[in-house]
Amino acid sequence: MRVSVDTEMCCGSGQCVLAVPEVFDQCEEDGIVRLLDEHPDGEHHEDVRAAAAVCPAGAITVHEG
Amino acid sequence: MTTAQPVTPLNFPSERDGCPFAPPSAYERAREEEPVSQVTLFDGTPCWMITRHADVKAVLRDQRFSADIRHPGFPFINASRRALVAGQQTFIRLDDPEHARLRRMLTADFMIKKTEALRPRIQGIVDEFLDRMIENGSPADLVTAFALPIPSLVICLLLGVDYADHTFFQERSRILLNNEAAVEDVGRARDELVDYLAELADRKRRDPDDSIISRLVARGELTEREVASTGMLLLVAGHETTANMTALSTLALLREPEQLTKLRAQPALLKGAVEELLRFLSIIQTGLPRVATEDVTLGGQTIKAGDGVLCMLATANRDEDAFADADRLDVARESRRHVAFGFGVHQCLGQPLARVELQIALETLFRRLPTLRLAVPFEEIRYRDDMVVYGVHELPVAW
Ligand code: HEM
Ligand code: SF4
Repeated sequence: MRVSVDTEMCCGSGQCVLAVPEVFDQCEEDGIVRLLDEHPDGEHHEDVRAAAAVCPAGAITVHEG
Repeated sequence: MTTAQPVTPLNFPSERDGCPFAPPSAYERAREEEPVSQVTLFDGTPCWMITRHADVKAVLRDQRFSADIRHPGFPFINASRRALVAGQQTFIRLDDPEHARLRRMLTADFMIKKTEALRPRIQGIVDEFLDRMIENGSPADLVTAFALPIPSLVICLLLGVDYADHTFFQERSRILLNNEAAVEDVGRARDELVDYLAELADRKRRDPDDSIISRLVARGELTEREVASTGMLLLVAGHETTANMTALSTLALLREPEQLTKLRAQPALLKGAVEELLRFLSIIQTGLPRVATEDVTLGGQTIKAGDGVLCMLATANRDEDAFADADRLDVARESRRHVAFGFGVHQCLGQPLARVELQIALETLFRRLPTLRLAVPFEEIRYRDDMVVYGVHELPVAW
């Protein structure tokens, strides 16, 4: 699995950080998403998919495989 | 695809006719029979009502729908909402890039790490108001003694507003968010709040501190009116919502003793239980207003450019396609896909703060008062059907 985020689209809701803090963080200066791990471990895959689904801005893309 | 049968449009809003926690049955029927349906607003204007979970998310995330209140065709559910078009707008009713410019000045203040760091302070505030309520003795009105003062004090501390002025801003907020208030009263309440915050901003200019208002002023990028209206949005949205959610959640849990027992026995359920309560109660019940800027096809209907739409969060959150057995409160369910905070770029800015406040307030209340119960029959509770934010007017409790 590969994850990408679009910091222009992000509205800083923090939903992804709540879902998987191991993979997503927010920048101290502006609260916008920061990707911590582009290739998350299998144990996080389900939560990463959930994060992409709850992201209100559609800023998270999950590339499966 | 089925062609929609022409049916008499529903008058909006409908009256609640069943369970006080559930949306009016007419909205739920629309979700099952015609999920994108026409309704008639107070002034005779037609408008679309969007009732399903998937459609509500789609509309709120779609750039072809505008949240700009000044856009022709923007739907208003009463005359006082319509009157608010005049005057300085807050970013909740603006589109990007204007909206993003203002929102991004605040996203760092409400990010997860910042709000998590507030936990000890919020715990102290919750304990203090609860101590006072207990000292004054049973019974008490949970709204005035606990649910309302907690988020009011928290947002005051963050913004740099003096909590001693709480009667002033709580009263104005109550008028501003009252769907039945006279047009002049709503306008005056808004103006008085903006003036109050403009004065505060001016004081922070001369005597800066670390509060949100002071830092907005110090950036030097905003006009005084922009700082004041943004401050007003945060002050109003920051206390009325969490206050009502706290009181209504308490009532819902007291009505479902099995769920409450489960929650008390398993503190690990707390965070999920708050999400489930947000879903189940969906306190923003009159629909998030948007206007189409292009023709859009949705649910077999063509929404034309200039048509208004109302996104019904409460029916979306009880859509069986998204949540099995959706009319049941189940503190152990997985409900984080709820839309109680909206969806799209306007999704609630204060949601991390609201979550922390709700988690601490409910956990503390039920832990410290194991015998908490209603002090009046359930049937006597008065609901806020007349308000933008749903909840109870008062909640008499004993322990
Ligand atoms: C349980 C509590 C809360 C609920 C249910 C709630 C609900 C909502 C909803 C549904 C929206 C979207 C409005 C729209 O799209 O038209 C919203 C926006 C907003 N909320 Fe909340 N809210 C809560 C607490 C708070 C708190 C504590 C704050 C604190 C500052 C806050 C500040 C805001 C702001 C500033 C917006 C506008 C965001 C934007 O337009 O970008 N809310 N809220
Ligand atoms: S969930 Fe989406 S909008 Fe929210 S912080 Fe994460 S990437 Fe940004």
